Amino acid sequence: MKALLVGEYREGKLLDSTYELVAFARELGAEASMFLVGSEQSLPRYDGTVYLADAAKHGEFNPGAHKQLLLEVIEKEKPDYVVLSHSSYGWDLAPRVALALKAAQVSEVVGVAGGSLVVPVCNAKLRRQVKPKTATTVVTLQAGAFGLPDEPAGTPVVEKVDADAAGGLEFAGYEAAEKTTVDLTKADIIVTAGRGIGKPENLEMIAQLAQALGGEYGASRPVVDAGWADHNRQVGSTGQTVSPKLYVACGVSGAIQHLAGMKKSEFVIAINTDKDAPIGEVADVLAVADVKQLVPALTEKLKAR
Amino acid sequence: MKLLVCIKQVPDMESRFKVDSAGTWYAESDLAWRMNEYDEYAVEQVVQLKEQHGGSPDITVLSIGPDRVKEMMKKALAMGCDRGVHVKDDESHRKDSFEIASIIAEFAKDKGFDVIFTGMQSQDRGSAQVGVLVAEMLGLPAVTTVVDFSFDEGAITAKRELEGGLKAIVKARTPALVTCQLGLNTPRYPTLPNIMKAKKKELLSVEVGELLKVEELLTTEKIYFPEKKGGGLILEGDVGDLADQLIKILKEKTGVLA
Ligand SMILES: Cc1cc2nc3c(=O)[nH]c(=O)nc-3n(C[C@H](O)[C@H](O)[C@H](O)COP(=O)(O)OP(=O)(O)OC[C@H]3O[C@@H](n4cnc5c(N)ncnc54)[C@H](O)[C@@H]3O)c2cc1C
Repeated sequence: MKALLVGEYREGKLLDSTYELVAFARELGAEASMFLVGSEQSLPRYDGTVYLADAAKHGEFNPGAHKQLLLEVIEKEKPDYVVLSHSSYGWDLAPRVALALKAAQVSEVVGVAGGSLVVPVCNAKLRRQVKPKTATTVVTLQAGAFGLPDEPAGTPVVEKVDADAAGGLEFAGYEAAEKTTVDLTKADIIVTAGRGIGKPENLEMIAQLAQALGGEYGASRPVVDAGWADHNRQVGSTGQTVSPKLYVACGVSGAIQHLAGMKKSEFVIAINTDKDAPIGEVADVLAVADVKQLVPALTEKLKAR
Repeated sequence: MKLLVCIKQVPDMESRFKVDSAGTWYAESDLAWRMNEYDEYAVEQVVQLKEQHGGSPDITVLSIGPDRVKEMMKKALAMGCDRGVHVKDDESHRKDSFEIASIIAEFAKDKGFDVIFTGMQSQDRGSAQVGVLVAEMLGLPAVTTVVDFSFDEGAITAKRELEGGLKAIVKARTPALVTCQLGLNTPRYPTLPNIMKAKKKELLSVEVGELLKVEELLTTEKIYFPEKKGGGLILEGDVGDLADQLIKILKEKTGVLA
């Protein structure tokens, strides 16, 4: 079985998530090579062939061109699996390649079971096992699902790829995140408000619990998107990655993109009315209760100590 | 200017799910249904685009599914879409992303839409494929995961959201397709007068057989509940007791109340 791994490169650097693709290939028992639009200055530590296209020429984000370059390598390698991260780069490029190959695509793979692939359904409340009907399958991997190999090592054999390829998009540069006023990454205690708090006025009770515990408050994405909290308080894949001693998730369902930002917390308490909420998977303690009742009660008792 | 927005009806994610009798999808009974969250941002964006252009653009909203999806389509019409196209398909939940995209592309191919909007993914399947596939099938540029959008003289400028707070600024000429991410805008609540007006708007019905020309590329073998990893303690009961128990746990298991 052969896999072609599509490495990821951003702002001049190889992303570590590339190594998760290597871990997946090992789990599949596949013979793997890699494709990367990057530069020789930032190659993966990897024992195998890396088909390298020049990011300076083709752009870091240029899906039309990257698709064309990748298709040339696929033509040469004839892999059974083309493997990308389920990331802003991967989920954008994967369907373009899949359609060109008339191949099945399986997104956000979290496991392999025999010859089939396991993907989450409904916010990870259910799992689905799918089987592609095509000879080649394009997969994107959920971040963190296959881990990182211990110490990636090795020097790749580089094969250059080039093509005259255009695309209908013009990449006009990156825009960095706003400067943060609170630094959640340094907080030892974080109490996070999820959509379950119901309305913006209830953010105050979350802030008060955080204060009573001597910590900061954070927020899930919907709370930030609704303008109830500042973006620099957002925890998750598109927010902050935190690792406090204590994380209290209040009315947070535990979607994968949220977990990505907080699963390194030492001790997790979740307060949720839904006993089956996926946050239960990472919580040391799940209190099945209404945040609007339990949070003020807890704050009172902490203050009275 | 002609605009298309594609929306999907999904169950409320807080529902108690059950596996269906075939064991390959969730049972559709006893669920509360709503518009896919990502698609709400798409509908809002297309309506805003029309408002910015003096009402001349014409918005079609399309949804594939059983009759119940018409309820949700009425919400999109009440938000400001001009007409609905319901692709009637009782088996839409069994179709893979490739089939769904093919249906949409087949519908859109000769209609001359300037911009097509979709959500970046659905909340139930989460494949993030449909929008990009539609664009590729139609030979249009696609910008995915958009958190900021503007249109000016046949060109769109959008911000794509990347990981860790970074964004990429991307431009494309129309016709083009964008997939919308959470936070792109603030989806409006339809007002009562607009709900009344929406009742009079055209809602066409098309049989899926007229648009589906391809076969699925993958099959679902089974669907199941993940094994509980366990280890975690579940506390239930009176709120006062719960608070006491949590304080005890904080003292015993963490250093934070020392
Ligand atoms: C590319 C991408 C990037 C993303 N990045 C992030 C990110 O960085 N951070 C992030 O958080 N999300 C992110 N998301 C969104 C993520 O997928 C979820 O939509 C989001 O995390 C859900 O937030 P939530 O848990 O607050 O809300 P919901 O999923 O709506 O959950 C609310 C929870 O509250 C519970 N609840 C309701 N009422 C009460 C009550 N009274 N008391 C107690 N519990 C109650 C419910 O049972 C439910 O579990 C991203 C999504 C995508 C596609």
